[in-house]
Amino acid sequence: MEKTMNLTLKVWRQKNAATDGQFVEYPLKDVSEDSSFLEMLDILNEELVEQGKEPVAFDHDCREGICGTCSMTINGTAHGPQRATTACQLHMRHFHDGQTITIEPWRAKPFPVMKDLIVDRTPFDRIMQAGGFITGRAGSAVEANAMPIPKGTADYAMDAAACIGCGACVAACPNASAMLFTAAKVAHMNSLPQGKPEKDRRALAMVTTMDGEGFGGCTNIGECEAVCPKEISLDMIAQLNRDYAAAQVKSFFKAV
Amino acid sequence: MSSPFCNFIRSTIGRKILMALTGLVLVLFVMGHMLGNLQIFLGAEVINAYAYQLHYELPTAALWGIRLFLLACVAVHIWAAVSLTLDNKRARPDSYAAEKPVQATYASRTMRISGVILLAFIIFHIAHYTARVVPGMQYEEPGVLSPTEVPLVKGGEMVLKDGQPVMTFNVNDMMVAGFQVWWVSAFYIIATGLLCMHLAHGVSSMFQTVGLRNKIWRKRLDLVALAYGWVVFIGFAVIPLAVLTGLLQMDPTGGLGEEVAAITETIQK
Amino acid sequence: MNLDAKIPEGPIAEKWSKHKVKMKLVNPANRRKYHIIVVGSGLAGGAAAASLAEQGYNVSCFCYQDSPRRAHSIAAQGGINAAKNYQNDGDSVYRLFYDTVKGGDYRAREANVYRLAEVSNNIIDQCVASGVPFAREYGGQLANRSFGGAQVARTFYARGQTGQQLLLGAYSSLSRQIGLGKVTMYNRHEMLDVVKVDGHAKGIIVRNMATGEVSRHAGDCVVLATGGYGNVFFLSTNAQGCNVTAAYRAYKRGAGFANPCYTQIHPTCIPVHGEQQSKLTLMSESLRNDGRVWVPKSAETAQKIREGKLSGNDVPEDERDYFLERKYPSFGNLAPRDISSRAAKEACDEGRGIAATGLGVFLDFRDAIKRDGRKAIEERYGNLFDMYECITGDNPYQVPMMIFPAVHYTMGGLWVDYNLESTIPGMFVGGEANFSDHGANRLGASALMQGLADGYFVLPYTVGNYLGEQGVAAAGQITTEHPAFAEVEADVKARIDKLLSINGTESPRSFHKRLGQIIWEKCGMARSKAGLQEAIQEVQALRKEFWENVRVVGDADGINPELEKAGRVADFMEFGELMCRDALMREESCGGHFRVEHQTEEGEAKRDDENFSFVGVWEYLGDDAEPGLHRESLIYENVKLATRSYK
Repeated sequence: MEKTMNLTLKVWRQKNAATDGQFVEYPLKDVSEDSSFLEMLDILNEELVEQGKEPVAFDHDCREGICGTCSMTINGTAHGPQRATTACQLHMRHFHDGQTITIEPWRAKPFPVMKDLIVDRTPFDRIMQAGGFITGRAGSAVEANAMPIPKGTADYAMDAAACIGCGACVAACPNASAMLFTAAKVAHMNSLPQGKPEKDRRALAMVTTMDGEGFGGCTNIGECEAVCPKEISLDMIAQLNRDYAAAQVKSFFKAV
Repeated sequence: MSSPFCNFIRSTIGRKILMALTGLVLVLFVMGHMLGNLQIFLGAEVINAYAYQLHYELPTAALWGIRLFLLACVAVHIWAAVSLTLDNKRARPDSYAAEKPVQATYASRTMRISGVILLAFIIFHIAHYTARVVPGMQYEEPGVLSPTEVPLVKGGEMVLKDGQPVMTFNVNDMMVAGFQVWWVSAFYIIATGLLCMHLAHGVSSMFQTVGLRNKIWRKRLDLVALAYGWVVFIGFAVIPLAVLTGLLQMDPTGGLGEEVAAITETIQK
Repeated sequence: MNLDAKIPEGPIAEKWSKHKVKMKLVNPANRRKYHIIVVGSGLAGGAAAASLAEQGYNVSCFCYQDSPRRAHSIAAQGGINAAKNYQNDGDSVYRLFYDTVKGGDYRAREANVYRLAEVSNNIIDQCVASGVPFAREYGGQLANRSFGGAQVARTFYARGQTGQQLLLGAYSSLSRQIGLGKVTMYNRHEMLDVVKVDGHAKGIIVRNMATGEVSRHAGDCVVLATGGYGNVFFLSTNAQGCNVTAAYRAYKRGAGFANPCYTQIHPTCIPVHGEQQSKLTLMSESLRNDGRVWVPKSAETAQKIREGKLSGNDVPEDERDYFLERKYPSFGNLAPRDISSRAAKEACDEGRGIAATGLGVFLDFRDAIKRDGRKAIEERYGNLFDMYECITGDNPYQVPMMIFPAVHYTMGGLWVDYNLESTIPGMFVGGEANFSDHGANRLGASALMQGLADGYFVLPYTVGNYLGEQGVAAAGQITTEHPAFAEVEADVKARIDKLLSINGTESPRSFHKRLGQIIWEKCGMARSKAGLQEAIQEVQALRKEFWENVRVVGDADGINPELEKAGRVADFMEFGELMCRDALMREESCGGHFRVEHQTEEGEAKRDDENFSFVGVWEYLGDDAEPGLHRESLIYENVKLATRSYK
């Protein structure tokens, strides 16, 4: 009943950030089509260990598409060919027997390769630290229903907040732009009434940090949206542009 | 250097907004230029009168003001594009072995190339028709690219000033002569084709960059942009095509008509 | 081992507020002199680190993930309970408290649970203030739903991603403190041991998973929020990296481990597809509101389905056994998690399982689609159906879903007193890593509540109390130069060297899988004395084999997932044995712990309140010695013990 396939994997191997990497080809037999993509890599790794070779290092954790840890470009597309699907939720039935699969790490200057398919995504954390929060201390919050929030606003904020911070947007962007990630966070918090007091500061600080980390600019081509496992929309980027411009205009004319 | 403006133009979004705003000026200029050009189909009289208006009826300061403003827009547009492109290349030095776009349109991915070719074309175009310094064009030789002066005509009659006919460039013949050179026409048509592509992404992108777009408007604006690009392409390309097919002819009389021209000549003699 | 729970005097509703008044405070100007170590960045750890830093303490926070935002709290789907009574349906702090104690099968500590219910309302306020986009009604008020069989609608949710949104809320507060320099964040760092000085926890030894460097970190106290141990089963709904190492190392340094046998098996997971499976995926329990659970009446029919010769749709109505409806007519398909899970297992044990592996039952929406129309079902469960199809390739609108129980949550954990302090003074434990609030079974939407209660509202007070008691003169006195650090660090390094030097033939993953099979078979949904005794021996033998034959390729410098896995599996081996011992000791059935010897005639769990109304706390007494058992008696003053009945 279980269908299996034989594959050729072309995997990026790189010892660490300081050394150059290269592709290595591995044949892999009897992969169940019910396996997930990462389970397929598990099989490869078990075989490598058996041969006394170092297994392919890749980031992964929850394997249910929500933690955002897994990060690999499969046949040129971040997270592989299935729309709105992380690599861990991608299943082998979307590939066919005899296929060659090219697996590469995210490629972006701000995300240096640490080993094989693992990249360093801490720039995302630093963008968050610059302004991705609503200031307030535990214990001083007012009654939750004291401030009604229209359903539409809450839904929009949720659409933005669904971002899992995987970095596929950066990986897919030919400019390695982090606009979709930054915009999702800004759109989430700037659209909620709680986030309004810090709206301008947030947009300015997060964009400044984003640029400072060495991400490229947005050319509005939409590759980020196409690979985003949570289907974050380019609308969020429009909002970031708008909020950023408004914040800048205000800062031109602010009283000194 | 940390004034708000410096911060603004240092940021990627700031430079993009400058690119969008200058792009908007150029988009509008292109439409105006196209409508102006299309007057050639109304006869030499009309297109020459239009040129006369622009050149002589407008105060020189205004003319140069507009020209410099447009040039400044082009310069800022290009500067923003170049500096962003350099940043972008730095941000993504390596490409994928199996690089392939998912949803980005061809137009959107080739903005830089279309932009560079357009720039080359604009330089040529200005050198060709405005500065008239393209070598080998034999500007002085009548009939090839005739800058010869002809009388300004209105309603089939010469416009007189102090009893003397007002003279103007024969723009009609200049255009026709220019496009009769096949490679000029070819370059022109290709360039306007690229312009169409550039606009098909740029016009909609402009709205995105200033934050005036959402899912619904994106579809609409993409269509508007595509339509705009095609309109501009057709509007421009139709002139060299008309010249090459002989639909548009030279008119050494400047729209006076040969009969009247002959009479006029006699009278003048 | 001193198991004084330090429960404050007075009526249950006043315990926490009175206790807060009596606590020692640290002057705001003095707080910056203290340094607190927080291990784990999930709901409990992230919220605690952020709140303590906000108060002015210096905090170092450690997580094994590449970012604190990825802790496994993120995967919780359903929601978070709170006694807000926004629906005006009779909810109250007391009712939430009562439901939680009852749901835990009367094996939780009353005072802790009451406090949990009490602060549940503050949690919602706090989360909303920090920007969590909870679902709302058209009027702008927060929406609620009824969850996990509760008779009131008290669950707050953010689509199917409540855990993610709550975690991101805590993460954003944490990020702010990192940006301000109050929290130093250590990503990709794994805690490998705890350091005690004069009996108090004063530091940890960690390995930087990116560089391989082993380093010492000293603090005035240590907070562990390192999650549960569900991965001892190899296959579970936990993330791949979830492990027991931090908690188990603390246990080996003197922290009591409470109730390790209390594990929760969730009934609605996608069945195992085969040998290559690495992880089980949970689907929301809400599916059981409309889906009907069944297996064929005859084993022959099931056999045909397993072989792919027959589709579930082709089985006629009178050959189907809707076993939950048959056994529990009043609750039917909505019977609690432990009961539903066991019923499914029994059906499969009888040879009537239907997935290719024989381990699966149908969850059929045919009747619901017929009754309400496909559109209505799509609106209710569309995203879950899509997820199911994404994973299995089957379309649940057309063929019945297949489900099977899977390990989901572990109620046991390090023993803590009312202050969440373990038996090691100065070591606090929050979230799933402690044992305190869920008893023998956790109710739906309670895990998120507990994690945030500990992190936002309990630890910030009780940690301050401890520091206040120690006095400001003690602040920052212990540094990593203290000889205790060198000693523990040497142990850690020796262990890493040992793992790398064995150079056997079997991978850590393979050992993990074998361990999981033993534990699942013999210490899973149904446990017997003989089975557990066998399991203990098998695990011991496996452990011996592991230390002789494990193969850890690569080296200790830099990223080495094999080495990380080997260390975790080694701890799971020892822990698995402890778990079996606890299950063997507990001669009763309660909540998630089902001993086949202790069941009613109808096959239901039979509690023994007379002899087992206690917390079983284990003390480590040496690698080859049996651990010592201590008991904390559970005294119920506010809730009357009763038998759970879902008939």
